[in-house]
Amino acid sequence: MFDYIGDRLSNAIKNIKGMGKITEENISDALREIRMALLEADVNYQVVKEFIANIKEKALGAEVSKSLKPDELFIKLVKDELVELLGGDYVPLETSKNPTLLMLVGLQGSGKTTTAGKLANFLRKKHAKSPLLVACDIYRPAAIEQLKTIGNSLNIPVFSKDSTKVLEIVKEALLFAKENKNDYIIIDTAGRLQIDEQLMQELKDIENEVKPDEVILVIDAMMGQDAINVITGFNDSLNLTGTILTKLDGNTKGGVALSIRHLTHIPIKFVGDSEKLDGLSEFYPERMADRILDMGDILAIASKVEDMMSEEEAYDTARKMKKGEFNLEDFLNTLKQIKKLGPLENILKMLPQARKMGLNNVNIDPKDMAHIEAIILSMTPYERKHPEILKATRKQRIAKGSGRSVEEVNRLLKQFEEMKKMMKMMASGNMKMPF
Amino acid sequence: MKIFEKLKNIVKREKETNKESLEIYDKGLEKTRNEFVSKLNLLGIKYTKVNEAYFEELEDILISADIGVNTVFNFLNRLRDRVKKEKIEDTKNLMEIIIDELFIIYVNNESLTTKLNLNQNGLTVVLMVGVNGVGKTTTIAKLAYKYKQMGKKVMMIAGDTFRAGAVEQLKIWADKTDSLFYGKENIDPAGVIYDGLEEALKNNVDIVFIDTAGRLQNKVNLMKELEKINKVIGKLIPGAPHETLLVIDAATGQNGIMQATSFKEITNITGLVLTKLDGTAKGGIVLAIKEEVGLPVKFIGLGEKMTDLQEFDIEEYIYGLFKEMM
Repeated sequence: MFDYIGDRLSNAIKNIKGMGKITEENISDALREIRMALLEADVNYQVVKEFIANIKEKALGAEVSKSLKPDELFIKLVKDELVELLGGDYVPLETSKNPTLLMLVGLQGSGKTTTAGKLANFLRKKHAKSPLLVACDIYRPAAIEQLKTIGNSLNIPVFSKDSTKVLEIVKEALLFAKENKNDYIIIDTAGRLQIDEQLMQELKDIENEVKPDEVILVIDAMMGQDAINVITGFNDSLNLTGTILTKLDGNTKGGVALSIRHLTHIPIKFVGDSEKLDGLSEFYPERMADRILDMGDILAIASKVEDMMSEEEAYDTARKMKKGEFNLEDFLNTLKQIKKLGPLENILKMLPQARKMGLNNVNIDPKDMAHIEAIILSMTPYERKHPEILKATRKQRIAKGSGRSVEEVNRLLKQFEEMKKMMKMMASGNMKMPF
Repeated sequence: MKIFEKLKNIVKREKETNKESLEIYDKGLEKTRNEFVSKLNLLGIKYTKVNEAYFEELEDILISADIGVNTVFNFLNRLRDRVKKEKIEDTKNLMEIIIDELFIIYVNNESLTTKLNLNQNGLTVVLMVGVNGVGKTTTIAKLAYKYKQMGKKVMMIAGDTFRAGAVEQLKIWADKTDSLFYGKENIDPAGVIYDGLEEALKNNVDIVFIDTAGRLQNKVNLMKELEKINKVIGKLIPGAPHETLLVIDAATGQNGIMQATSFKEITNITGLVLTKLDGTAKGGIVLAIKEEVGLPVKFIGLGEKMTDLQEFDIEEYIYGLFKEMM
């Protein structure tokens, strides 16, 4: 149904390859592909138009040098332009005030309540804050209950009050925070349509009365072309200081990010990338550009791994991979590390060339991972280091021990060998980027 | 151009009988329609003759309604062919063809029904599925209300045992609509659904609505859970679920096609519910979903009240979009 931009783009780029210079003629296919890609990523059609016109102008005026061939130059232009649009005037989250006041706003179902919990967790972990969650969604049944449950599971206090006046709840929450020594206050509000004047007024009243340091719009990354109406609607009524893009762990491209930035210049501060309460990542324009263009996101993996793995471990693993000494024992350790990184599909998708290797749509069942682990754990430490000694009887024993079949043991061993080869190739630089 | 005649008849019918549902459509789709139609009208004023620039702008308008990139491109190709074949020059004449072709995309010579397939010999099971935050729980409340009004004995089962507060939320709706309720927190959803269905059978319930947790379609383990839920239901009540409705937010972009495709692979989706059409979102993705995945819309949500659920009528929907042009 969808042809993937990564592949289509590399086909279109072939036309430019080997050309002496960039001409209107030889980039027209590539431009068309980029246009389609952006539209399929739900980038606002107006933004797409301007973007393409920009790229065209810049590409035609660009100097082709010996070091940078026309095709490389073109891709670089596209990516730079995207990153520029997505990043630009980035402003980090306000954390300096005591207390800092943050209000989350957005449509129904965009993920405000879950995000409130994630933010509180993030602020406590990364900024050593003592957050207070304030339940102001007095309309949706059980919304307050939901925030309380989230607060409980994080051991973060939640302020709520049986009242129909949201402003009153906020004011009392501020007093409560003072007494309770909370230095970061996160207000969760009810979902509303940007055209609902009455409910928008409710937010304006809070804004005018308590003057939050951050007013953050929470947006579903799966949103289509209507996103721009929502963003400008909220931005016209309120002084938005940033946005958080949720549900990016789906297979949406999230082109809405580009629309937000291009049309309003409001910074994207975070992205939600899992249902778990630590599933909130800081926003990196470069990675988003790669996601939209489907060019892989090795940096995102790197920083995730950094968070999880000690430097020493990482170095050791890399060295072994390079030398081809990587054994099943190391593989087991890596598996454990990978598990900490979250769903493996997300990691695989970020690899460049994922599409080409067919990894982009790989569905990995956590159970399969458990089976692999079980098989390796049923080997002796010596066997893990020297899988070549595994013959029929040992394999049968391992199969029995792990409750899997001999075929599965064989498959694992074969896959492991292939993986080792791939690693060696990667390490020796025989594997190239698609462009 | 038969369809266009049909549309005009609806307009006439409205004038004569002042049909209530048309009014609700009218009101709910007001925001959607105003922008869409005024753009199309402007286009007709700007270009009196059909040319490439006209097609380009038309493309923008259709894309901005989220109709789907592939669907729009195929649609425009057909339109260009017809223009050539029928030697159409005036954009006024093209307007009718545009509406006509949009109809064809959706209807595709099939006979579509928005009626729920009710089990004539006992309990009807309706399973609600979809990604996070689309409005599954609220839609169940609206459906329950609708069938209560028709004198049915209704029960809700809280199959979303994952999201904090989800069980509580459904319980509140059950109380409000005076429906029976079955739910427990923090247990296996398939288990609670099994127990709930047994309870429904015991109590001679007519229709049971099962809420499920929101799941992104690329999460394998969650999709497998749904598969299991489906099996459990079928085991207890052969032929059930009688309806599996995929709920889609009207603001959804291209990802809607992938949602429909993936959910259809796992369960026997019988139709869509398009929610939140009272905003500015146009919900055009349903045309692409119908064209590419073959799933029709059964209901649309036009607000937060229990009465804000309507059976989807493609004629009224398109009429809503194009009213001012006729």
